[in-house]
Amino acid sequence: MSKEQIIRFLPTAVLLLPLISAVLILLFTKRYRQLSAGLSTGAVAIGLGISIFLFATQGVEKTEAGSDPKFTWLSIGLVENDSPLPTAVGQESFAIDIQTLNDPMSRLMLLIVTFIGTLVHVFSLVYMRKDIGFSRYFGALSFFVFSMLGIVLSSNLIMMFIFWELVGISSYLLISHWFDKPAAADAGKKAFITNRIGDVGFLLGILLVWQQAYTVNIASITGQVSTLAGLLIFCGAVGKSAQFPLHVWLPDAMEGPTPVSALIHAATMVAAGVYMLCRVMVLFTPDALLIIAWIGAITALLAALMAIQQNDIKRILAYSTLSQLGYMVMAVGCGGTEAAMFHLTTHAAFKALLFLGAGAVIYACHHEQDIWNMGGLRHKLSKTSITFIIGALALAGFPLLSGFFSKDAILMQAHLNQKPLFFIGVAVAGLTAFYMMRCVLVAFFGKARTDQAKEAHEVPGEMLLPLIILALFSVFLGAPQIGLAGYLGFEEDKASHHAALIWGTIAASVGMIGGYMVYRNADTDPLPAKLGVLSRWMRDRFYFDELYALLNHWTQETLSYASNWFDRWIIAGLGVKGTSGAIDVTGCLVRLFQSGNLQTYALLTVIGLLSILAWILF
Amino acid sequence: MTVGLEHYLIVSVMLFCLGLLGVIIRRNLIVMYMGLELMLNAANLALVSFSHFRDNLDGQVMVFFIITVAAAEVAVGLALIVALYRKRQTNDVTDLTSMKL
Repeated sequence: MSKEQIIRFLPTAVLLLPLISAVLILLFTKRYRQLSAGLSTGAVAIGLGISIFLFATQGVEKTEAGSDPKFTWLSIGLVENDSPLPTAVGQESFAIDIQTLNDPMSRLMLLIVTFIGTLVHVFSLVYMRKDIGFSRYFGALSFFVFSMLGIVLSSNLIMMFIFWELVGISSYLLISHWFDKPAAADAGKKAFITNRIGDVGFLLGILLVWQQAYTVNIASITGQVSTLAGLLIFCGAVGKSAQFPLHVWLPDAMEGPTPVSALIHAATMVAAGVYMLCRVMVLFTPDALLIIAWIGAITALLAALMAIQQNDIKRILAYSTLSQLGYMVMAVGCGGTEAAMFHLTTHAAFKALLFLGAGAVIYACHHEQDIWNMGGLRHKLSKTSITFIIGALALAGFPLLSGFFSKDAILMQAHLNQKPLFFIGVAVAGLTAFYMMRCVLVAFFGKARTDQAKEAHEVPGEMLLPLIILALFSVFLGAPQIGLAGYLGFEEDKASHHAALIWGTIAASVGMIGGYMVYRNADTDPLPAKLGVLSRWMRDRFYFDELYALLNHWTQETLSYASNWFDRWIIAGLGVKGTSGAIDVTGCLVRLFQSGNLQTYALLTVIGLLSILAWILF
Repeated sequence: MTVGLEHYLIVSVMLFCLGLLGVIIRRNLIVMYMGLELMLNAANLALVSFSHFRDNLDGQVMVFFIITVAAAEVAVGLALIVALYRKRQTNDVTDLTSMKL
């Protein structure tokens, strides 16, 4: 093999390493905790090394399409040249290849996934140390990384869908890691089922694209397909990226271990939807894009409002994630895939930092998650709190931190295309700053409110290391000197850029100052008294869960009652019991002839013979 | 009046019906057996008359076979009846209903 070939094979190697590790752990090393963890961490760390190498050596260059290693998974139509089979018009043959795609966007994503993955693995080594399912956890983590890398490297939509489902199942395994806790088991199921609703749409969308564009290969899709097909494809992203109205699974998924939340619900799985949208951007019609943008904006706004009245530190971050994902989807809807990917990258860094920071806080406070039971942690956990505050500032869009630049890019994109969305975006920026201020002030400042908070002590170095690395990235990743925006091909528009800069900064400042005023020395939340009903609505997540429960009650239970009736009376009654009953009655009647009397038989034989004779003769 | 084929056949049919009635109506196994023999002989009569009136010896050859088979059948059948009587102490068919399930 030449050097060239080895380099082309590298993405496949990154993809396969976690799979090998997952298989080894589940089959052989489950009993050896340290070995399992080492395998899993090693696999993703090597992947990170290769990703850095690819990123550094290939930069923005594009390999020629079809040059990457592949094997044909499924072929329809012309299989060999001498055996032509009937095919659709305009299409001679159709083959689904399992092939890795190596372009700037996938290299960036590869880097994000393996980078965050490695840090989360390292963090988990300590966080999960006492867990009984330590090996299982690392096996599932490896499996998840494999699935996620599969999505990133997919060269066609069918392959992407396969890995899409694998991500679904592995996230289920991770969310329900503590399956003996009913809440965690339910959250896993909820995530899985909600995702499934979106996936059905995604699959239908893929089929429609196939029908209309005669290909599912991402590189060969060059034109728009119908709005319906685009929206169905978007359905997949609605499920995975937890957009309104399928956003309900993400906050519940916080029942999983906190490092999992950092990996899945900040940097990778939920980013998959946005990544997919960016990949297939060309096939959306303007109408579809408009709907996508509005869905994103609605999600961003609703989630930001919900985040304001949450008390669980992880749930605040979960709603914040929803809100930021809404931002990215809005950017995609406004035609700004570069802005979306930019924000995705910076968000991956600072949100993973926030989640891991929250994990460290929870670990230090002996599994206390309510921010009102913390307070004053700034003194006890000085290093952790500094990193957490950096993450929060980056998220809030504090000038010159990474979140500031990427948020700016999205707002600029919205300002260029959809003015109403721009103002929603600005409002969300303000709300984001407000709730992050609330979270930080309540948890880290003031005085300790409970014993747990008083007895908290700094977390070990293995946990701090990922936090510090991520904090550095959160600060510098967005800076123009790093050139991430340029790498993505992001272009600035002067007027819109200024508007975004000014409004974004004003919103962030207003939010932060507002948050400071309200929560400066608060021992309890002053907002419920001031906002009344609205605050209760925010706290109860605008009653979406209740609404869905009600919908379920009406539709699903009616349907199940009807099915039950149909099953009991038509299938079991008429079908099964009817058939057996008919046979039973016939048997009773026929049994009368079987008297056992020889002469009756003789008589019947004669009658039969006579009737046959009569039938033949007359 | 000349005696023609139809007369023989009528006698044959009457014999057959008598035999059949005997089998169906009479309860005694021996008498039923006689009915059976009567039916066989009715068939023999019909075959012989056909043979005579059609100048073809096939029918008479057939009759020889039937007589032979009937003799064998009588031997087997009577032996069965004797065995049955020894076992059940009856030769009335109404008592022999063990064929019923």
